[in-house]
Amino acid sequence: MNASSKRAVVTGLGVVAPTGIGARAHWEAVVAGKTGLGRITRFDPSGYPVRHGGEVADEALAQVPTRLVPQTDRWTQLALAGAELALRDARVDTATVPEYDMAVVTSSSSGGTTFGQSEMQRLYTQGPSWVGAYQSIAWFYAATTGQLSIRHGMRGPCGVFCEEQAGGLDVLGQASRLISSGSRLVLSGGTDASLCPYGLVAQMATGHLSTVDDPGRAYLPFDADASGHLPGEGGAMIVVESAADAASRGARSYGRLLGHAAGFDPPPGSSRPPVLASVIDRSLRAAGLRPSDVDVVFADASGVPAHDHAEARAITEVFGAGRVPVTAPKTLTGRLYGGGAALDVATALLALAAGVVPATFGPSRLRADCEIDLVLDGARNTGPAVALVLAKGHGGFTSALLLGAGDRGLPD
Amino acid sequence: MTRRAVITGIGVVAPGKPGRIAFWDLLTAGRTATRTISHFDATGFRSRVAAECDFDPAAAGLRPQEIRRTDRAAQFAMVAAREAVADSGLDLASADPAMTAVSLGSAVGCTMALEREYEVLSDGGRHWLVDHEFGVPHLYGHMVPSTLAVEVAWQVAAEGPVALISTGCTSGLDAVGHGAQLIEEGSANVVLAGATDAPISPISSACFDAIKATTPNNDDPVHASRPFDARRDGFVLGEGAAVLVLEELSAARSRGAVIYGEISGFASRSNAFHMTGLKPDGKEMAEAITVALGRARLDPSAVDYVNAHGSGTVQNDRHETAAFKRSLGERAREIPVSSIKSMVGHSLGAIGSLEVAACALALKHQVVPPTANLVHPDPECDLDYVPITARAHRMDTILSVGSGFGGFQSAMLLSRV
Repeated sequence: MNASSKRAVVTGLGVVAPTGIGARAHWEAVVAGKTGLGRITRFDPSGYPVRHGGEVADEALAQVPTRLVPQTDRWTQLALAGAELALRDARVDTATVPEYDMAVVTSSSSGGTTFGQSEMQRLYTQGPSWVGAYQSIAWFYAATTGQLSIRHGMRGPCGVFCEEQAGGLDVLGQASRLISSGSRLVLSGGTDASLCPYGLVAQMATGHLSTVDDPGRAYLPFDADASGHLPGEGGAMIVVESAADAASRGARSYGRLLGHAAGFDPPPGSSRPPVLASVIDRSLRAAGLRPSDVDVVFADASGVPAHDHAEARAITEVFGAGRVPVTAPKTLTGRLYGGGAALDVATALLALAAGVVPATFGPSRLRADCEIDLVLDGARNTGPAVALVLAKGHGGFTSALLLGAGDRGLPD
Repeated sequence: MTRRAVITGIGVVAPGKPGRIAFWDLLTAGRTATRTISHFDATGFRSRVAAECDFDPAAAGLRPQEIRRTDRAAQFAMVAAREAVADSGLDLASADPAMTAVSLGSAVGCTMALEREYEVLSDGGRHWLVDHEFGVPHLYGHMVPSTLAVEVAWQVAAEGPVALISTGCTSGLDAVGHGAQLIEEGSANVVLAGATDAPISPISSACFDAIKATTPNNDDPVHASRPFDARRDGFVLGEGAAVLVLEELSAARSRGAVIYGEISGFASRSNAFHMTGLKPDGKEMAEAITVALGRARLDPSAVDYVNAHGSGTVQNDRHETAAFKRSLGERAREIPVSSIKSMVGHSLGAIGSLEVAACALALKHQVVPPTANLVHPDPECDLDYVPITARAHRMDTILSVGSGFGGFQSAMLLSRV
């Protein structure tokens, strides 16, 4: 992706997150520091060392056609809901856009985990003939993109990127490519919903989840007391259009996709450094920007001390110590994996629309080895024009996306 | 100058013996690798046949820790990646790691390990609140399919873009198409591109049983996969991986690499119709083929062979036959069309990359692999499907197509350079 290619703009946001349903509700929660984290209610977590997470309110599912509910996992339902909201927010009539010029590209991290656990339970307790017909279309990672393509009649080049937390940025990189090669509208973004017992236990195996038994103290990225992160569900769906097509239908945009870059950390044991700093550099080059042009960085903010240290060092290497405001509103939602970076992009675009750098709620005492300007003491009304969003996916995926302010204010 | 993506190395783990040479021998002999399922006791399942790989990860060179931490699908991909790099003759140590990328496809990820560990954690399905005390250290790696791309990236120390693309049964074609795109746009100079799947497990078999997509022809496993044959009755589940080394044409030429062919065009479309159903008109697949031809700046008359999706379901075989006629016109009747799924089954996301590997080998050897088991032609499918026996044929350009759950349709063109 480079600055000279056909421009891609974001015209619609559909947030389905622990912080709220809809972009407006989410933004208000972000600014107010209203957390979506709490004790897990979907099952009894008391037997597990991790008991808290970010759940999405079931009211989100009111957007999902009833017919599709038994055919889909919650992760797909959240995306269907997010897509309805995003397309409505974009005020686009998809019937007026040629079918092959619309594509769906989503990020998925772990597929239909809850659906899969239920069907495996049937298989192992009752036998193979008890596995339902919808298992074949609900569990696999492409289910969300397929359902969205069908629901909205989008027949263009569809895609599914599974890069854990980094997927939410790489789908926007792909959306830019598709816009450059002639697509007019790309329904992008991602969601995740792995808050079932098997999903949580699998996540616990990384050792990266916090076992601190207080949702307000468990996820403190860059803090001296950082202990990992909490899991969450949900994400955001994002309508990307070519700038020319958006303009011709009189649509305003939250912002422009200025530049994307992706890289991968060297294998364990390698003497080579992690790639985040060079990936940021490449995203800047792709956008034709200098570090000083960036007004705010939305950090990956893993909350695992070694990850925080590495991320802070990369930010410092590119921008200088404390030279750019860094924020992580995801402390209000937990990490959303396939949906996480997509929600960060939505939050960043809302920040540009509001002219505000939102604060990071939770951390209070920065680790000495993290020389970054983490926005801790309330939002800053600095009118940011360029935001950088960072994401790191489990195993070494590293992505950076630069966003430029558009001409649209906060949504209703 | 326009950057072009070419294939310079091929690695394959396919049903039967591993390796690209064994794969090509199987295909050109018209032998089938389908058999009664041995991976688990399939008693009580509707479909009990599959195309299985005779694969021993240790014998294939993987270390004990690599084996312990990975699912079978990852092991296939790691071994295929090593073979592809060796075949290419590329010295990765002298390549710029930031310009080395991975684009891997998989439909169902690490499903075997995920199911095996579920059985233990739930104590045979008894506990909804699964027991975390029995969680293995790499359990999360089994839950996220991205692990497959991680393992391949580590094999080649890639520091460029790494993608895991999961578009169901078109994953393999889509991943190779994305890899070619990374080279063309200048995001990478070398891409390990391909796909892997190892779905022969109780949960995958049960879910295809539930929708009667797989064959119930359990009495004659060797002849169970019958694309385009009037007596076909569903696909045969397969497994495997193919990984290709893609390079930029001029760089490949300047190092004197042997070039199998160029990815000269790629496109995908969706039918937005049904998660598993296909309309008989083949419209969206035809559109993908037409757009791919346009990108390759080729006319239908340039296509010398079609490697079909040919899964062996009635709706697929008729759907794509219509798509070929719609997009290629008269040319569809003049050229051979065949399905290697008749021999190696349908390995979901992996098969698209195995088919691209087969096309690359077909270009090299100028031989069309046959459609095995095609004895009683379906009158609705009236093209030249190369029954039973491989055929020597002059080819400069090959079309390979894929079709999958979710409504995805992909088309790729490979051309001699």
